[in-house]
Amino acid sequence: MPSGSPALISRLQQICGREFVLTHQHELATYRSDGLLHYRQVPVAAVLPATAEQVRQAVAACYEAEVPWVARGSGTGLSGGALPVAEGVLIVLSRLRRILAVELEDSRVVVEPGVTNLAVSRAVAPTHFYPPDPSSQIVCSIGGNIAENSGGAHCFKYGFTTNYVVGLEVVLSDGSMVTLDRDSPGYDLLGAFVGSEGTLGVATKISLRVIPAPESIRTMLAFFADTGAAGDAVTAIVDAGIVPGAIEMMDSLSIQAAEQSTGAGYRLDAGAALIVELDGPREECLIGLERLTALCADAGALDVRIAQTDAERDLIWRTRKAAFASMGRIAPAYYVQDGVIPRTRLAEVLRRIDALADDYGLRVANVFHAGDGNLHPLVCYDSATEGEAARAEELAGMIIKACVDAGGSITGEHGVGVDKKAYMPSMFGEPDLDAFQRLRCAFDPHGLANPGKVMPTPRLCGEVPGPYREHPLERAGVAERF
Amino acid sequence: MATASPLAPHSFEDAAAALAAATAEGRTVRIVGAGTKRGWGRQDGAPDIELHTTGLDEIVEHNAGDLTATIQTGASLAFAQRTFAAAGQMLALDPPLGATNGDAAGPGPTIGGVIATGDCGPLRHRYGAPRDLVVGMTIALSDGTIAQAGGKVIKNVAGYDLAKLFSGAFGTLGLILSVNVRLHPLQETSVTALGAASDPQRLSAAAVALTAAPLEFEALDVAWRGGRGGLLARCAGREGGRRARRAARLMQEHGLSGVDITDPDGQLWERQRAGQRSFGRAIVRVAAAPSALPAVVAAGDACDATLVGRAALGQSFLELEPGAVGELRGRLPAGAAAVVLDSPPGAITGEDPWGLVEGPALELMRRLKARFDPAGTCNPGLFVGGI
Repeated sequence: MPSGSPALISRLQQICGREFVLTHQHELATYRSDGLLHYRQVPVAAVLPATAEQVRQAVAACYEAEVPWVARGSGTGLSGGALPVAEGVLIVLSRLRRILAVELEDSRVVVEPGVTNLAVSRAVAPTHFYPPDPSSQIVCSIGGNIAENSGGAHCFKYGFTTNYVVGLEVVLSDGSMVTLDRDSPGYDLLGAFVGSEGTLGVATKISLRVIPAPESIRTMLAFFADTGAAGDAVTAIVDAGIVPGAIEMMDSLSIQAAEQSTGAGYRLDAGAALIVELDGPREECLIGLERLTALCADAGALDVRIAQTDAERDLIWRTRKAAFASMGRIAPAYYVQDGVIPRTRLAEVLRRIDALADDYGLRVANVFHAGDGNLHPLVCYDSATEGEAARAEELAGMIIKACVDAGGSITGEHGVGVDKKAYMPSMFGEPDLDAFQRLRCAFDPHGLANPGKVMPTPRLCGEVPGPYREHPLERAGVAERF
Repeated sequence: MATASPLAPHSFEDAAAALAAATAEGRTVRIVGAGTKRGWGRQDGAPDIELHTTGLDEIVEHNAGDLTATIQTGASLAFAQRTFAAAGQMLALDPPLGATNGDAAGPGPTIGGVIATGDCGPLRHRYGAPRDLVVGMTIALSDGTIAQAGGKVIKNVAGYDLAKLFSGAFGTLGLILSVNVRLHPLQETSVTALGAASDPQRLSAAAVALTAAPLEFEALDVAWRGGRGGLLARCAGREGGRRARRAARLMQEHGLSGVDITDPDGQLWERQRAGQRSFGRAIVRVAAAPSALPAVVAAGDACDATLVGRAALGQSFLELEPGAVGELRGRLPAGAAAVVLDSPPGAITGEDPWGLVEGPALELMRRLKARFDPAGTCNPGLFVGGI
């Protein structure tokens, strides 16, 4: 424990109440990991504030004590972004879960950060919905979504969290509170904050834009001999100017695993399954569905099914969303990656992944958001076999490199966190990282907010460099600087 | 004051070197694209050097299959759109093109100028502002650093989103060298449902109803002039006509008069876009809650203003006499932001074009400026709070 911690803990207890400051190992065990369980770190303390003001005071207390802190929502993140730091405090936002305002005439809802993603859509249903829909939406928090700029299956058509945040109340690492508004004159501080993985501050109040719920949703499930043919279908759909709500692809291995879980009747002899969902005005969906079916047939679909009922649609989606969890049926453990590629390079990159998997003697299942080229390769391994975990990790890294080499990204929606920071130099050079650091230092010059995340190596913020420059108004004698 | 001497680099390296040299010499740089928005922002002083971006005018990549493109900062938006249109695609930005040095037939604004000023038109309703369409960016900082942020794919969360920070920053953090953008299928045809009202409350109620309708409008605009207003709902796609008829029925149900469907609708939207610029009077861009439209209209009426705007976004552009800007600001509803865009040189006194911006957000902006452009080389004094 760092020196000064007893005083800090006592101060945190004053702020949040004794019962909401956890310091015992058995209490802290729950918080040592986020959704990425192989990274573990117990913090000095976990605090559970109940209000934005308590969050602000807790952050201010950490600032006074020069102790780093990490904000955590529901802990579902897949990059170790909410992994505690050993010498630091974990600020858990799960008690801030009020929906503060529903203003449908302004297409807006105002919530606290601990509100779950699904609760936002429920608060505005049935007329409206909140489009970003990560698979964990039942439990993941909006605050976490803000930190990670979360996506989901429907972001090909609707965009990401950053496209829907219109206002934030943020506590900065010095304990000051700032309101960021999408339409206020000045720099797009909101745009810089969303997706900054908790390193610029912590959001305590969030205004989101919601949109009218689509009046019609039609879901198609098509099977293909291989992922190449399914990829051709995706290309044909996008080239035709059709913008589906979602285009998801599963390969043979993930179909096998998921079908064992849900028994949805996915074809086990297929090399790939494509889920395409059209949503929007009735007329557009009807016409679109006809064109989709024809395009899939042209691309060599073995079988095209259209969900006729909500129950059928749910089953299709349940199988897709069960893919990760079902991997346990075919392998004891897996690494999930989150690489992105230009969609047109899909067939080539999948071939490269297959070749790499063969080289490493491991199996890789693929489940992905095909519309926007966001792959989720699942590298299967058995840690009981000596050296296999390390080999799997290396293979996962090679897959990420293949994505970057194809002109893509190391992460499409899970974030960098601790898990992918070592890959950052494959995408960004030193000048790029230096530019990132300038942003981080402007918000958090002492490096107290979620240190050790995003950047590949620790960096400090120097004093603001540069000579004093006379402002034009000073030169003109209009203003003076004091 | 020093006389500005123009530079027109033709490579990223030359542009970055020019900034670095200016910084080393303690000189200030004004970044200029096509010059269609020169009058925007504070006009406090003359820069030492003008850096023209028009030498950086290539469309570096157009990946039609991926619906993405990389465009150098000085390429004209109109030229880029023609390139994308040939592949049935568009960059979903339709700001008014304005005039280049007074020449309406000129090449129009550069992509860098549009992104740096965050300028956009009616398509913002469906596709968002420039910051929503830029997926990556290459920038030059005042110390000569060339850096990249974001990527070339439409989905990417690696690293910090500097592309958003530089969008709308008016070149005060550094120079945008090129942008990676997301494209969309070009909507070849569209039709527009149109309704009128002379009661702002009635117009606003209809606008709120159409905003909530699941009809996926390309654009949803309002216009107000001389005590009478209109609501315009643009429907694209094969079934656009059918949806426009549904929109028209909704307008009738909400008491709008003269409800009609216009096909083709190009001129209608050209007029909306044109209403965002003025070469004799002032343009004030107002951001308010969408439901506050009647209050914005009332404030505008009191100042003899005309208005065009985005009904669902609460963004309005009011054209009025420059001398009435102060009064307009005083009459707008609480919480509304009012930024002066166009105004004849020297016509507005005693009003900051950005309005009153203060508090911790401004402090944070100053800290950003100090980190990215510590010597104050790039567009000093132009921005919010004299940044």
